Amino acid sequence: MVLQNELDTKPILNTKLIKDRLNILSKEENISKWDIGASSSNDVSVQVYKAEAKQLKASQRSSVTLRVWNENEMIGITSTSDLSEKGLKKALISAKAASYYANENERPNFSPLSKSDIKVKARSPIKEFGVKKLYERLKQAESDLINKHKAIIDVPYNGFSEVNYERIYVNSDGAERYLNNTQSTLYLYAKAQEVNRKPRSSGSIKIAYSSNEIDIEKCIEEAAMRTISHLDYKPIKTNKYLICFKPEAFLDLIDSFSNLFNARSILDGVSLSNKDSIGKKLSSTLLNLNDNGLHKSNIGSYEFDGEGTPTQDICIIENGKLKNFIHSEATAKQFGVLPTGHAGLGAKVSVSTDWLVISRSKNGELSNNKLDHKNSNEEFVLIENLNALHAGIKPSQGSFSLPFDGWHVKNGIKRSIESATVAGDIRAVLKGIIDIEEKQIETHSGVSPHVWVEELSITGE
Amino acid sequence: MLNLDPLSIGKNKFEGLKNLRDYGETKQTHFNKIPLLNEVTERILKGTSLLKEKGNKIEVRRGTYSRSNQEVIVASSDGTFGRDLRLYQSIGLNALAIDKEYRSSIGRRYGSSSNPDQISEWNIESSVDEIIDSANNMLYANFVEAGQMPAVLANKFGGVIFHEACGHLLETTQIERGTSPFQDKLNQKIANSAVTAIDEGLTENAFGSLSMDDEGMPTQKTVLIKEGFLKRFISDRAGEIRTGNKRTGSGRRQNYAFPAASRMRNTYIEKGNYAPSELIATIDKGIYCKSMGGGSVGATGQFNFSVEEAYLIEKGKLTTPVKGATLIGEAKEILPKISMCANDLDLAAGYCGSVSGNINVTVGQPHIKVDSITIGGR
Repeated sequence: MVLQNELDTKPILNTKLIKDRLNILSKEENISKWDIGASSSNDVSVQVYKAEAKQLKASQRSSVTLRVWNENEMIGITSTSDLSEKGLKKALISAKAASYYANENERPNFSPLSKSDIKVKARSPIKEFGVKKLYERLKQAESDLINKHKAIIDVPYNGFSEVNYERIYVNSDGAERYLNNTQSTLYLYAKAQEVNRKPRSSGSIKIAYSSNEIDIEKCIEEAAMRTISHLDYKPIKTNKYLICFKPEAFLDLIDSFSNLFNARSILDGVSLSNKDSIGKKLSSTLLNLNDNGLHKSNIGSYEFDGEGTPTQDICIIENGKLKNFIHSEATAKQFGVLPTGHAGLGAKVSVSTDWLVISRSKNGELSNNKLDHKNSNEEFVLIENLNALHAGIKPSQGSFSLPFDGWHVKNGIKRSIESATVAGDIRAVLKGIIDIEEKQIETHSGVSPHVWVEELSITGE
Repeated sequence: MLNLDPLSIGKNKFEGLKNLRDYGETKQTHFNKIPLLNEVTERILKGTSLLKEKGNKIEVRRGTYSRSNQEVIVASSDGTFGRDLRLYQSIGLNALAIDKEYRSSIGRRYGSSSNPDQISEWNIESSVDEIIDSANNMLYANFVEAGQMPAVLANKFGGVIFHEACGHLLETTQIERGTSPFQDKLNQKIANSAVTAIDEGLTENAFGSLSMDDEGMPTQKTVLIKEGFLKRFISDRAGEIRTGNKRTGSGRRQNYAFPAASRMRNTYIEKGNYAPSELIATIDKGIYCKSMGGGSVGATGQFNFSVEEAYLIEKGKLTTPVKGATLIGEAKEILPKISMCANDLDLAAGYCGSVSGNINVTVGQPHIKVDSITIGGR
């Protein structure tokens, strides 16, 4: 019997079928303890260029991570994309073989919360656009965006996609989790150029549960407005400036240094925090930081993590003090706490953030007059996007040096910055927060207000 | 509907597949020679043990090994029928040195293709010594001062700048999008006469070498820039159809889930006639970038690269180590400023992520001198 054939009917990931199959196969291999995390997705995506189809793509992907404990309680892990009976059997055998090379000091177990009650959102099927409609809408969006301004010459980076996906977690102790979801994404990045001036680029992303819910007009408007706003650019003098981070930029920066509150990083020795950092001051008292994977703005939310632990709203920083780390089962055990729902199954169980939510603490002390990026007479640099995060961040050292898109604001006048880099140390940034604006903005990667930082180095001309 | 104009390929009637070109036939034995996983583990553990033994400030050590076997078959309606077996191996060592509030992190990667013996040929002691030396030098380094200055970029992974800042802009994927400043510069001078740049897939055992590309075309040596003049673009099948630039055996993809695109293979600047010390001797005040971190290129051609290990150049000599340096610029402005190339071309393995997924590549260059570049710092 081939499991893949049975799984061809929807849903692709049938937890009961996989559980039954693994129970049989594991007995055949003398394996008494195992767990499996799997995901499967169907996606369709289109890209266009100058009213032509650039790429039309459809794919079905499955990914399975299987863990096996041997008789010495040591763990072996195998990943595969083969959901057939043969594939699962091979994965079981490989994982068992790998378990004999496991690190004796690392003995993950099932999450104690893998069988706790959770409420998985019931998601009814949505009507998909399909490739033809996605292509037509994107082609129209490209044309509309180019027509927004004479300087917009093309939209070199664009895409419209829709995906439906499923995720499961099952273990030999009886845990059984399943969720499914849908997501549609539209992105438009335009290029604009005026005579004898350099090309400028910016764009917008919109994410929703279905293509019907994507606000295409708003995406076009935002992409045009942002791109045009950078046409009038000027170099900036290398110096130290008062900085205002827009929500997307600050979220990117914090997430890049999530090793500060990631228990896995602490145990691996690559965090700037340590086991005793809880309760210590990490930032200005103005900052509150939560990780809430189930926040309403998180379209791609999961109700449970790779180990079956329920996703939770974890307070990480409150009034500037570190309150909690984020954990997998193994790190939580070492810290004597419960897992927080941040585990990802892989060759090693990883720990990562879900959906950061930043807010202004009610009890924070302002060290300056209240700042407002729209109505400030201060001279400051408004950072819209940080780029090259993979290259310019040194998480284990705390330092960063990143190119950015933004504006130099002086006497209330905004001027796009030609090309510049912002550099500093994350600890100094967090402690140097002098104001956080009231209004929280929901972005495609988290929630944050505008955040003001006292002084950072800008390299321009 | 696509309105593509087939220039030389793509519209002929399908008349069946040609005879199979089997590049994998001679490589079957590679797989019998691959070391067992426990042998590899022991070698990697020896490396991390040596880091601990020799580096008294090294607090965190990590060794990694990855091996990828790929069997590729390409069959297409233009008659192409090819098969290849690909073996890639890479070894990485990373170290984090800590002393009170001071920290430095250094990593090195060694990679090969079609070389089952790589792990046994790897000189562990020399790799460990190099990493410890760099980590110790950078541990107490001061932050570099931002500004414009001349720079000497070391060989091997220094070539990542050319790869990112120029190489990607020579791919037909960029030409199609109109995002390359070089799209209308064929046979024009875009770089200093000192610069000759190559992209090829032929160097034996290099990480970016291939017998055939992912569209079944044998790879070749492609001269991109000859003594400053732009000579060729890096082209795949769709790139040829869309831009008219002949294919160069550069259609590559991570696996079958991605459509192939024009991608680099082993990309490097050719060696010149100078000793590396001669480049440094010409600079009164500048920076020597010994080891590069990663980097990126923006949609309009600006690049930004972090420098992992750097030293000040003062009066023609290397002096103090500095950290936090970032190289910032635009390819079309920097290429004319590469005024000297040394005689020590060397290659380094890396991974490149782009439209057709993550692929193995090699970057490289000799030591080069850039007359002036923006250094981001504090």
